[in-house]
Amino acid sequence: MKLTGAQALIKSLETQGVEVMFGLPGGAILPVYDPILDSSIRHVLVRHEQGAGHMAEGYAMVTGRAGVAIVTSGPGATNVVTPLSNAYMDSTPLVVISGQVATSSIGTDAFQECDITGVTMGITKHNWLIKRAEDIPRTVAAAFHVATTGRPGPVLIDIPKDIANSQMEWYWPESEADLDLPGYHPRTTGDPAAIAAAAELMLAAERPVLYVGGGVLKSRGSAALLELAERTGFPVVTTLMARGAFPDSHPLCLGMPGMHGNYTAVTSMQRADLLVALGSRFDDRVTGKIDAFAPGAKVIHADIDPAEIGKVRVPEVGIVGDCRLVIEELLTALEALGLGHDRRGAAVEAGSTGRAATLAAGRPSLEGWWAQVGDWQREFPLYYDTDDEAAVKPQMVVESLRDLSPADTIVVSGVGQHQMWASQYWRFDYPYTWVNSGGAGTMGFAVPAAVGAKVGRPDKTVWAIDGDGCFQMTAQELVTASAEKIPIKIAILNNAYLGMVRQWQEMFYAERYSEVYLSPDLPDYVKWAEAMGCVGIRAETPEEVAPAIEKANSIDDRPVVVDFRTDAFEKVFPMVPAGGSNDAIVVHPDQAGARVAR
Amino acid sequence: MTLPASLSRDGDVRHHLLSVLVENKAGVLARVAGLFSRRGFNIFSLAVAPTDDDRFSRITVVVDVESAPLEQVIQQLDKLINVVSISQLAPDEAVERELLLATVAVDAARREEVGAQVEAFGGEVLDVGDGELTVMLAERPETVDEFERLLADCRIVELQRTGRVALPKLGHSGGA
Repeated sequence: MKLTGAQALIKSLETQGVEVMFGLPGGAILPVYDPILDSSIRHVLVRHEQGAGHMAEGYAMVTGRAGVAIVTSGPGATNVVTPLSNAYMDSTPLVVISGQVATSSIGTDAFQECDITGVTMGITKHNWLIKRAEDIPRTVAAAFHVATTGRPGPVLIDIPKDIANSQMEWYWPESEADLDLPGYHPRTTGDPAAIAAAAELMLAAERPVLYVGGGVLKSRGSAALLELAERTGFPVVTTLMARGAFPDSHPLCLGMPGMHGNYTAVTSMQRADLLVALGSRFDDRVTGKIDAFAPGAKVIHADIDPAEIGKVRVPEVGIVGDCRLVIEELLTALEALGLGHDRRGAAVEAGSTGRAATLAAGRPSLEGWWAQVGDWQREFPLYYDTDDEAAVKPQMVVESLRDLSPADTIVVSGVGQHQMWASQYWRFDYPYTWVNSGGAGTMGFAVPAAVGAKVGRPDKTVWAIDGDGCFQMTAQELVTASAEKIPIKIAILNNAYLGMVRQWQEMFYAERYSEVYLSPDLPDYVKWAEAMGCVGIRAETPEEVAPAIEKANSIDDRPVVVDFRTDAFEKVFPMVPAGGSNDAIVVHPDQAGARVAR
Repeated sequence: MTLPASLSRDGDVRHHLLSVLVENKAGVLARVAGLFSRRGFNIFSLAVAPTDDDRFSRITVVVDVESAPLEQVIQQLDKLINVVSISQLAPDEAVERELLLATVAVDAARREEVGAQVEAFGGEVLDVGDGELTVMLAERPETVDEFERLLADCRIVELQRTGRVALPKLGHSGGA
């Protein structure tokens, strides 16, 4: 069967099982857009290519499948650079197709020419410039394979216009061996000796913490993690990228660690004698000053990316492998050492003989550790000041959204104060219900990512909790949402400031506020929402918060934007000042005062 | 872990020799070089050519870096899809060669003397001009260093070294 390169590309995407792609056409990608008319793949027409990339990310984060974006050459391609960088930092599988000028024009500064494979070399897991139409099916199959296996990540395929127009004989690679990837062999199962060493360390620990990162979600390892936590009785912290990997309402869960983490999560890691890092990467926002991080802890570090082992902290035991498989292997190893479980799921320590039985039987009690953890939880719960009854507190808005929306609502956020409050005050009890920009910290992520999340999970309520600064960066994608009938909901925590920057200027720059004021009324968010085909609602007092949310939740035929006028002076606590030790965690002034008074 | 250190022309142990087998495809060298530059590592010398199997090329690279960050860069290098394998080669576990070409200013009176010295090193005189000689030596890098110092007695008009190439010694494993 003879096809054009463009037809082969679309047929390859169909064969790969792609159900939706997000994009915007232009000159160099024109040939590829023609067969889209005859394709089974849904195309969502965005208003800016950055939106296409973030939508593909949102889709990927809630479905676990690769998100697909398609853009033209030059500015179309450079507009998707931010999403590629974002996806690279957060290990999100993304396949971006970009048009390129004809091969004969490459290197001539042709109209809308840009060396996008050069530009994205450092922010993609891999990229390809296609030079022959017959390479298209193999390259597409390889692209999806690379994006979704090992440590997932974004890839880009650059396709020159003349290649899209030329003819090829259709085929589809039969197996992995046909993909021409001689240097790509991700390791998925842990080294048995390392697994055994890890299990022994776990049974010797007196103050352990399971330090859970996004790798547990990528590996679909939540169920295995639950069993590991319950079997061992270890406390669990879930990083910003792992919220929902372990239920927040589970008694073993201590919440989020890091710069704005729960006091107990941060402090338990500082005092731990064993950190079991599962798919986490010792990010600076988690560790604070690295030399002062968890000084008394031995470290077991499991990650599918060998380069993460020892990158920041040299572990006592490093395990390269897929988190779910490694956790399952750890469970088997623990069982062999005598730490089994009965049918009710309660941990029992019996059934083994010899040294193994001694290890499990002689295992230190965790009672003292849990008593200490419980004291921290009672003394320093998440806290905000509710004295001013006229102010709409952003934390209260998040709590109201949480309490008035379905428990499995997908929450999407941008970057800044609202993101931290969303992560702190939502109760994440289900995996794949939290979508945010972690490593890259991309403002403007929320609106388009929410669109992509809703496309991926149309059965679920999708709330974006956004800031007013973030919202203004990518709000135009609400036009896309209206036109495509993608009924997402946006809560703007409108404090009229670039709030996180304002907070830093207040705390660390002597209240010298430089270029952070935005105005609560400009733009008029309600009118703007209405102009984009959405329902616009405003809530200016605490009394208006719940009715606004209930009204928004009752609308399911179009997007809704709620403009919550929140307290501009509210700060995110706790906070570890940048570059400081996690021991220097700053709690809310009211809590700090109470402690001094005692 | 300790990395095998390869001696440089200055005997500096911060220089490490890596032998990287890569796919012979456009842009692969840029990916490899980019990884070093992104982390601020200086590439001291670099030699690239296809292997006997023309699907693959071998990059022999000498980098100037402390051991710990090098270990990290090797791990990152290994993540490149086009990189097939990486070996770290210690001097006593490798056979190394480097080629030097130099044009030196030599007056007629000294031409014979210089020619004899070049021959004593196992080098060759490749070209003779008006008051100039172009000479060549392919030898162990330390020998090439010595040869270069010798040539410095004359005025060096132009000098080019290829950077070292290396293979593991027989009977030894290549590290990594």
